[in-house]
Amino acid sequence: MAETILSLKDAKLSLDGNAGKVDILTGITLDVARGETLGLIGPSGSGKSSLLMLMGGLERATGGSVTLLGHDLTALGEDALAQVRLSHMGVVFQSFHLIPTMTALENVATPLELAGDADAFDRAAEELKAVGLGARVHHYPAQMSGGEQQRVALARAAAPRPDVLLADEPTGNLDATTGATIMDLLFELNARHGATLVLVTHAPDLAARCGRVVRLVDGRIDLSEQAAAG
Amino acid sequence: MSLTVASRIARRELRGGLRGFRIFLACLILGVAAIAAVGSVREAINAGLEREGATILGGDAEVELTYRFASDDERAWMADAALEIAELVDFRSMAVFGTGDAAERGLTQVKAVDAAYPLLGAVELDPALPLDVALAGEGGLPGAVMAPALIARLDMAIGDQFRLGAQDFVLMATLIREPDTAGGFGLGPRTIVRTVDLDNSGLIQPGTLFETEYKLRLPADADLDALQIQAESAFTGLRWRDRRNGAPGVERFVDRLSSFLVLVGLAGLAVGGVGISAAVTSYLERKTEVIATLKTLGADGRTIFQTYFIQIGILTILGLLAGLILGALIPVLAAPLIADRLPVPAVFTFHIKPLAEAAVYGTLAALIFTLWPLARVEDVRAATLFRDGDGDARGLPRAIWIGVTGFLVALLVSLAAWFSGLLSLTFGAAGGLLAAFALLVMAARGIRWIARRLSPAFRGKSATRLALGAVGGPSGEATSVVLSLGLGLTVLAAVGQIDANLRNAIAQDLPERAPAFFMVDIQPDQIDSFRERLITDSAVSTVETAPMLRGIITQINGRPAAETGGEHWVLQGDRGVTYSDRPPEGTVITHGAWWPEGPVETPQISFATEEALELGLAIGDEMTVNILGRDITATITSFREVDFSTAGIGFILSMNPAALAGAPHSFISTVYADPTAEAQILRDISKTYPNVTAISVKDAITRVSEVLAGIAAAITYGALATLLTGVVVLIGAAAAGVQARTYEAAVLKTLGAKRATILKSFAIRSALQGAAAGLVAIFAGALAGWGVMRFVMETDYTFEPFSAFAIVLGGILATLVSGLLFAWGPLAGRPAQVLRARE
Repeated sequence: MAETILSLKDAKLSLDGNAGKVDILTGITLDVARGETLGLIGPSGSGKSSLLMLMGGLERATGGSVTLLGHDLTALGEDALAQVRLSHMGVVFQSFHLIPTMTALENVATPLELAGDADAFDRAAEELKAVGLGARVHHYPAQMSGGEQQRVALARAAAPRPDVLLADEPTGNLDATTGATIMDLLFELNARHGATLVLVTHAPDLAARCGRVVRLVDGRIDLSEQAAAG
Repeated sequence: MSLTVASRIARRELRGGLRGFRIFLACLILGVAAIAAVGSVREAINAGLEREGATILGGDAEVELTYRFASDDERAWMADAALEIAELVDFRSMAVFGTGDAAERGLTQVKAVDAAYPLLGAVELDPALPLDVALAGEGGLPGAVMAPALIARLDMAIGDQFRLGAQDFVLMATLIREPDTAGGFGLGPRTIVRTVDLDNSGLIQPGTLFETEYKLRLPADADLDALQIQAESAFTGLRWRDRRNGAPGVERFVDRLSSFLVLVGLAGLAVGGVGISAAVTSYLERKTEVIATLKTLGADGRTIFQTYFIQIGILTILGLLAGLILGALIPVLAAPLIADRLPVPAVFTFHIKPLAEAAVYGTLAALIFTLWPLARVEDVRAATLFRDGDGDARGLPRAIWIGVTGFLVALLVSLAAWFSGLLSLTFGAAGGLLAAFALLVMAARGIRWIARRLSPAFRGKSATRLALGAVGGPSGEATSVVLSLGLGLTVLAAVGQIDANLRNAIAQDLPERAPAFFMVDIQPDQIDSFRERLITDSAVSTVETAPMLRGIITQINGRPAAETGGEHWVLQGDRGVTYSDRPPEGTVITHGAWWPEGPVETPQISFATEEALELGLAIGDEMTVNILGRDITATITSFREVDFSTAGIGFILSMNPAALAGAPHSFISTVYADPTAEAQILRDISKTYPNVTAISVKDAITRVSEVLAGIAAAITYGALATLLTGVVVLIGAAAAGVQARTYEAAVLKTLGAKRATILKSFAIRSALQGAAAGLVAIFAGALAGWGVMRFVMETDYTFEPFSAFAIVLGGILATLVSGLLFAWGPLAGRPAQVLRARE
């Protein structure tokens, strides 16, 4: 069995909303192996995206533990979490989340720059070429289509060669054809770089492309479904 | 039809409350309130001057004479014309308290009065004695009352004795208020005594420098114009004033100062306009979806425009009303405070005119700054709903709106010029503001361009490159911050430059080696020993003395002087006249020749070259000068250079001794001395020559500086309203950027950026924008300062770096602080919450 890269033990997440405390995740225990492709599925509100946020240290677990390559993400401060993401993680969102004041090239170069890469811009240009945007490097997000923006986001997430790539419904805002292209790219990048991929999706056919699928229901893993899929 | 629908939609939209309009309202309220308050104070003073014109003047009319009392004929004319006459003598003297070396001396402006004074109003004393009782004195000595400043300076108490010239007085009371305050600027605090009590003082002699004022109470039906004409023919060399313009100087000064302050207030409104425009733009941007939806439902551009015009209009009316109420209330509430600082009475109440003026300015400014963003809503397309992006709503509005805005700007500027009466200053200020506006827009573009170009050079330095990326990127943040901050800083920088130049005008124009004292009223029989005493003093480096008379130039070549010289300052009022056998040391004759030594019978004049050229005089011209009521006609035989900037003795008119033979006169002297010896010299001179008045140049400069500081303070208060508006606008701009920054911080954190890096990047970004605004402000402020000093004050301008750089630094700091304060929230947030909110 391959090395466990990401490990969740009884991870819980509760948020205080206007209507009182809401339990989003009620105890998730899950190990993800290096190089694995894991699909997270489940109905809306089941906690898939929240689980992904916990894995990325973008949200802090209110119980249990989340460990990435030996780092306990629940014990780290904001800056230490940022450092972990910088060294080990790439994240792709449904809404792309490109920085609107930066060109495509600058968006992709930013994590490389933050990591102190002297060739940040050359590498960023190559990454953009690899996703087919060699001609759009100096365009701002607002000047690009949704598909193009998501390709920039993919290039940005993949550029630092992360150990783990987290993707939160990356095709949710795109039409079917564009979505398919993006998914091909995502799997292709992942295969090329050998990263671990965790993909949140609604689409069963996309989930089926993953090596393992975990289904969430009401903030916990649906074990029957996992057994069936496994 | 569309208007009904529009107002209905507008009403529904307004249910959202005033959220997002706090900055809009604050800017409008501040601007309108400042203008209304300044105007209200001006009206209060004018109403006070009008109501109490006669009291301020001290009578229905006043005849002022120089260095002489009225002749019998003149007295007879006054007795005939007036119901009641009061005679006042006004002069400078030294009040001496104590004896020997311990004596304290202070310059005072003496008002010697007769029993009829005051004709109107009352003199207020502490203790509350009637003036008659106070001046009657006690213990066989005549009484005097004194301004508190002089009593404090001499360290006296009520009941103490002091001397004026050779006469002892007893201090009976503190002078709290004199009713006739139109005297104007005096170098020393006031002392009031009886004229008859000065008989033995040796202070009022032929040739000494004094003025007599005859206050006349006239019959109610007196024709002031006719009386003035009669007086001018009955008297020689008189100055006439009447109750219609009791304090013309004060009135003019207040008018000019308040007009200037209204212009500063208008600049504040322009600064606020940036905030108003930004608030409306951002409100309408938030409404893009609503507008697009309305369009989808069939609303046309006109209906949409009217919908939002009505909303903004209602808010504008709210802001105007609040601003007017505030502006009307402030002067009334602060009346006791303001009245204390005014030299003239004021009637603090609600004055309609300044409020109407402020309302007009506020309405026009609101229209100018909201029409542009409002007009663009017409262009929002329904498709915006389906396609994200900035749509078409950022371009220029239709030509008609540009035209309307231009017309409104022209209307506002013309009205300001008309209301203030300061045509060139208003157009200059408007031009300056427009230029500053254009410069700031260019600077914002420039800094974006530079940031984009510089960005590659900082690859690898994440914080700096992120900041440069943000400044150079497509968001409008750089433009809005540079504009909102820059316009406010420009106004402040201009005020700073003008203020510093005004203050420095005195200090800097003073020659390096200014005399320590001007001594006046030295009698002819005292001059030799006076010179001897000072020349032999090792602490005294130079003593200059000259005989001094005062004369009015009445005719040039047999014609009234004004026909040749117009309204030249030399022909206004009386001028110093001296005489000399030989040209004084260092005299440079530029034309003609000095008269030969020895007795020359024909009267001759040596005139100042520069003024002679301005008056169009030539060698050989005849000039008639009225000295002490006697006309002396002399031939101009030479022109010589007179440099007033050395602060030494400079006379426009010098005559040969024969011309002035027999005219009573005194001498004046400038004494250059070691500062440490000044006190000793003052003691000795006033002890030996009690009638001589010593004016300390240092004290005089301090007094003038105090007056200027008062003006500067008034301007600073005006600028404060502008600064406050600038801060509000800046906070608005910073607050508007919070959402964008929160989002950016979240994305950057996701990409692995530490908080320190993000904070640094935000700080660099703020500093860059602040610096750009500040640099433009220095340049535009200096330009405005130059314009005002050169064309309004008619004096030299020097760039004053301290206030300029302090303002830039302040600008950078203000942007930094507001930027960072508003960055705290974004940095603290968990990325997941922020990013999810955008999903």
